[in-house]
Amino acid sequence: MVSVQAKQLIKRFGETTVLAGVDLDIPDGEFAVLVGPSGCGKSTLLRLLAGLERVSAGTIQFGDRDVTTLEPRERDIAMVFQSYALYPHMSVRKNLEFGLRLRKTDAATMTARVEEVAKMLDISHLLERLPRALSGGQRQRVAMGRAIVRRPALFLFDEPLSNLDPALRAQVRVEIRKLHDQLGVTSVYVTHDQVEAMTLADVLFVLDGGEVQQRGRPIDIYREPANCFVAKFLGSPAMNLSPVELRRESPDQRWFAGQFPVATPTAFAGLETGRRVVAGVRPHDLVLASEGAGDLELDVEVVETLGPELTVHGTLRTQAGPGQAYVAVLPAEHRVTRGDTLALKLEHLHLFDADTKRTLRC
Amino acid sequence: MTRRADLLEAIAAHAVVILAVCFSLYPILWVVSLAFSGSTSLEPQVLPIPIEPTLEPMREVVGATRIEPDGSEIWLFGRQLLNSVVVSIATAVVGISVAIPTAYAFARFEFVGRREGMRLLLATQMFPAVASAVPLFMILEALELLNTRTGLVLCYASTSVPFAVFQLRSAFEAIPIDLEEAAMVDGATRFEAFVRVVLPVARPAIAVTFLFAFMTAYNEFILAATLLDDERAFTLPVVLQRFIGEYDARWDLFAAGAIVVSLPVMLLFYQVQRHMVAGLGAGGVKG
Repeated sequence: MVSVQAKQLIKRFGETTVLAGVDLDIPDGEFAVLVGPSGCGKSTLLRLLAGLERVSAGTIQFGDRDVTTLEPRERDIAMVFQSYALYPHMSVRKNLEFGLRLRKTDAATMTARVEEVAKMLDISHLLERLPRALSGGQRQRVAMGRAIVRRPALFLFDEPLSNLDPALRAQVRVEIRKLHDQLGVTSVYVTHDQVEAMTLADVLFVLDGGEVQQRGRPIDIYREPANCFVAKFLGSPAMNLSPVELRRESPDQRWFAGQFPVATPTAFAGLETGRRVVAGVRPHDLVLASEGAGDLELDVEVVETLGPELTVHGTLRTQAGPGQAYVAVLPAEHRVTRGDTLALKLEHLHLFDADTKRTLRC
Repeated sequence: MTRRADLLEAIAAHAVVILAVCFSLYPILWVVSLAFSGSTSLEPQVLPIPIEPTLEPMREVVGATRIEPDGSEIWLFGRQLLNSVVVSIATAVVGISVAIPTAYAFARFEFVGRREGMRLLLATQMFPAVASAVPLFMILEALELLNTRTGLVLCYASTSVPFAVFQLRSAFEAIPIDLEEAAMVDGATRFEAFVRVVLPVARPAIAVTFLFAFMTAYNEFILAATLLDDERAFTLPVVLQRFIGEYDARWDLFAAGAIVVSLPVMLLFYQVQRHMVAGLGAGGVKG
């Protein structure tokens, strides 16, 4: 087990800069998730940690060991690939033994460890099969087993669930978290799936454009996104964002960001009338109000029923007429149909600077 | 009605297949018939059945001997068969040994001249072998390698490498790089990953390329006829050609020789086909 520290990592491929100065700080034994859209540099970052790519600048430390220039085999890591990368010409047992053999582990220890891991992952009955005779879920388990059996100091996961069907994905996700809690080995997990990111991470790094946009506990990032990108990327359905102007009609009146009432103006730094901001409202932060008592009015266009919740898509009604498209999530007991006009109350409002897109919360 | 349609379809399909088999087999049966008949000339004959069955042509070809100047007798045909087999195996081994690392480098590494290198290899394929016969003759003469197996192997291997590189490069490119990276993370050096993972996965392609290099060398005639003039150094294609002289065409010997020449190739095919397991690489990575 080790902590992971990366300082000012830069990676360029020719003229393209994929990582533009990334800092990582993952405490010993924690489960870190790197999340971001395609092309944000998260997989490249993982490959730099693995030693499969060389850094253009910056340093990587595992514990107090500088591994920046070390070969993958010298880093004491194990990696689960998106494609599983099982050796197709070897049986499951040989796949699991491969790393141990290279490290000249004696036969008895090797057998014992393989049996132990196979039992842990419930693949004991598959040991003599070739990878091509396994289902997707079984291959995924073998790939995990191959990583675990080596007892490395650091696990790296490169979107390991993306090839599984949704039901299996949810199941394996839970198993991965259980295994982590059981083994306690520091893990770095790359995904573009925000459900995996939110549920697995002890510490979450949101990446975009080759930079870390925000680092923190998943729930903290969800509650207090650092900028518009993070606000929009995390959370489903995505946060509603509206570019508006701050105003108040007279000095003793309430603040408004466009038509959104700003509940606690003292919490925001440097508010001034006329300032251009982005007002963000999570669909879950809208509640149904009695007619006339709402902060907003929504003309309903589509209602999606998802068991306990309704996702309501509509258009915001403004003084100037129909406004932007808006989404609200409401409890399923409400009867909402197309054509309704809903009065909605705001429970929480996020404000971002219109130019920097950064949060205005101090 | 459906059953009848199925039956008709089956009959039609079988008829086509049987026709195709007859079409392919007829010339071979004809050669076999010629090899076991007493006739020395090509007589038009519809049915490939020996008129007077005999083993004489076969005995004459296989039993060919030669008296050396020192009075000793050598089994000439055995020696020529050995020449062919040794030269072809050596060609395939040398060619593949050079082509594997070359193809891997072209498939996996970025280096200056990579594209130009591949084009150059392609360009060498455009020249017929006969175009290089004279320079090769001069080189081998200078190296005193005329009439030797080594000389022939050098010529054949150098011409077999470009095609083998093409074939193997595609095979290596088709192997997901994840497999090598997984091996390297597991503790292998790049070379170990290559030997323990890439080569076994590429085995079917290597087997096919080996077979192709072997066959090309085994069947080659023009260079062999140019570079060899001592009958003890002849390979089988040259031997066969000698049966059809300008004034004396021994088609029965030619046919018998052709059958004997085919046997090692059939044996090799039988051996190599085990390695040509389709889809060996399947299942390693999710497609």
